[in-house]
Amino acid sequence: MSSIASDPVIKVEDLRTYFQTKWGTVKAVDGVNFEVNRGETLGIVGESGSGKSVTMLSLMRLVQSPPGKIVNGRIFLEGQDILELSEDEMSKIRGRKIGLILQYPMTSLNPVFTIGDQVMEAVRLHEPQPKKTAMQRVVDILRKVNIPAPESRVQDYPHQMSGGMRQRVVGAIGISAQPSVLIADEPTTSLDVTIQAQYLRLLREIQVEANLAMIFITHDFGIVAKMCDKVAVMYAGRIVEMGNVRDLFNHPSHPYTQALLDSVPRMEMDVDRLYSIEGQPPTLHDLPQGCPFAPRCQHVMDRCLSEYPDQFEISDQHTASCWRLI
Amino acid sequence: MTSNVDAITESSGNDFKLLEAQNLQKYFPVNKGLIISRVTGHVKAVDGISFGLRPGSTLGLVGESGCGKSTTAKMLLMLEKPTSGSILFEGQDIYAATADVRRKYRGSVQAVFQDPWSSLNPRMKVKDLIAEPMVINWNISKNDIDKRVDMLLHSVGLNSYHKNLYPHEFSGGQRQRLAIARALSLNPSVIVLDEPVSALDVSIRAQIMNLLKDIQEEYNVSFLLIAHHLATVRYMCDEVAVMYLGQIVEFGNAKQLFDNPLHPYTKALMSAALPSHPDIESDEEIILSGEVPSPLNPPTGCRFHTRCPFAMAECSTKVPVETIVEDGHKVACHLF
Repeated sequence: MSSIASDPVIKVEDLRTYFQTKWGTVKAVDGVNFEVNRGETLGIVGESGSGKSVTMLSLMRLVQSPPGKIVNGRIFLEGQDILELSEDEMSKIRGRKIGLILQYPMTSLNPVFTIGDQVMEAVRLHEPQPKKTAMQRVVDILRKVNIPAPESRVQDYPHQMSGGMRQRVVGAIGISAQPSVLIADEPTTSLDVTIQAQYLRLLREIQVEANLAMIFITHDFGIVAKMCDKVAVMYAGRIVEMGNVRDLFNHPSHPYTQALLDSVPRMEMDVDRLYSIEGQPPTLHDLPQGCPFAPRCQHVMDRCLSEYPDQFEISDQHTASCWRLI
Repeated sequence: MTSNVDAITESSGNDFKLLEAQNLQKYFPVNKGLIISRVTGHVKAVDGISFGLRPGSTLGLVGESGCGKSTTAKMLLMLEKPTSGSILFEGQDIYAATADVRRKYRGSVQAVFQDPWSSLNPRMKVKDLIAEPMVINWNISKNDIDKRVDMLLHSVGLNSYHKNLYPHEFSGGQRQRLAIARALSLNPSVIVLDEPVSALDVSIRAQIMNLLKDIQEEYNVSFLLIAHHLATVRYMCDEVAVMYLGQIVEFGNAKQLFDNPLHPYTKALMSAALPSHPDIESDEEIILSGEVPSPLNPPTGCRFHTRCPFAMAECSTKVPVETIVEDGHKVACHLF
């Protein structure tokens, strides 16, 4: 598939998603650009309110309107701008070309249907077929996500499964239609460490096998370090730094990225005192002028308070938006 | 129990344990039948654990969900009565003590919980939230309470202006500060911290961890930290106990345990933890298969043998005894 590899599966250009609220316009996503190739994993890291989840919802065109609206930008999926599609056409893409794995397996499965029914629904939606053959496919998919004894497990209801297994079922639905992009929104935050390790390994296997483009939405740099090829760090609706995983970890260039990496404790060594970022993440309806990180930044300059910083290139494909890099 | 005497004699050395758990067990009965209900089994949530907490130090309890770490915390907080075993506070068995001693104990052992959105009463103002324990437990004037509330708010990095606000007017990190101020109000000697930072934003976690360390220094309070995030445990703790299915499988000081993990379960936990840098690959990646067995019917012998990559024949029949490997580092495994 190397010929396609140079062509991104998904490409986002200047995406802006705004919400109209009683406090005014909230620019949840404000000019986001990125692309993901086949077989590649992008991590989108940020705190709550950074816009990472709204970015994900925009990719699926699931932003509730009103109050939300994608006001600008283009989202190319295999060359086609999905923002120009009708709602009917879009619903054929959702789940089929773009698979989605959400955070809480308990709330993303319906408690009154069996596991088999729920995976089958996704399978038959993608490829209409009689229930009998579909069930065979369901069993295959469940086996692929390492559900033991899938033939009998299909009759279980979600509450009969453990959290790790439920999350694997959600994963099974996510990949049931053999999508070309898989978006995982904090897929392991509710799982135990050893179960998380199993699940991440499984996602990795699925990705390699299907040569999937994957987008990981997370707040955890550990997930990024383990799973991703490149990273976008979001703050207040914008990507403040983006680059290959190693470049970003070795040469974090935006003060926010540096501070975040310094504030995470490490398991492999003693740290005397962690760096702590003072203050709170900003509220989006009341953003300061200039760089939104300026009030918490150690290196703040006059210019930061008045102008949003340009994007500077640090090395190949490694960019950051900070006036210090000028 | 000779331990009463032991604890007192120990108090002269550095090894004085402020709070000591001895062979704690908590079994929850499982009932069947609606009308004629009978006990059909027991969930062995905590099954014979012992540990001690030194003054001014932090002990971490690590393990996956269902390993009994929260039940242990509840027993220390006197929210669950142990099925057997004892908890000694300053050498005194609290479950055998008089009501007066127990009241004093409840004041000396406080808690900070995971989710500051549900641990603070939304209908109480900050000053009332923080003052409530003092109003109930101490016979002091309103004026003194007020002064103390101010002092506590300052020591957690807030100020007097916040007194008249309600919890919803605060961010997650600030709420956790309020919860800490409340826990400090009775001058406790022990605070149980149940996942104190895992519900907070990444950039806020370091603030709260540093605050807790400062408070420990200032008030000389001991912490019992329950956490699943290993790096947090290493940063916060002096000693660490790793739990699996209601038992402590390994115990040691933080450096020993993290630099030289011995029990296969501890190794697996560390190998499963996420790296802090993409270049860190764990030398031997141990990914455990399956899930934690049910505590209703735990495996015989070593409870970990069903998932252990190094299991031997004797592991399924013989319960491993705790072996001291180096000073202060203990492990319960047949490999040692």
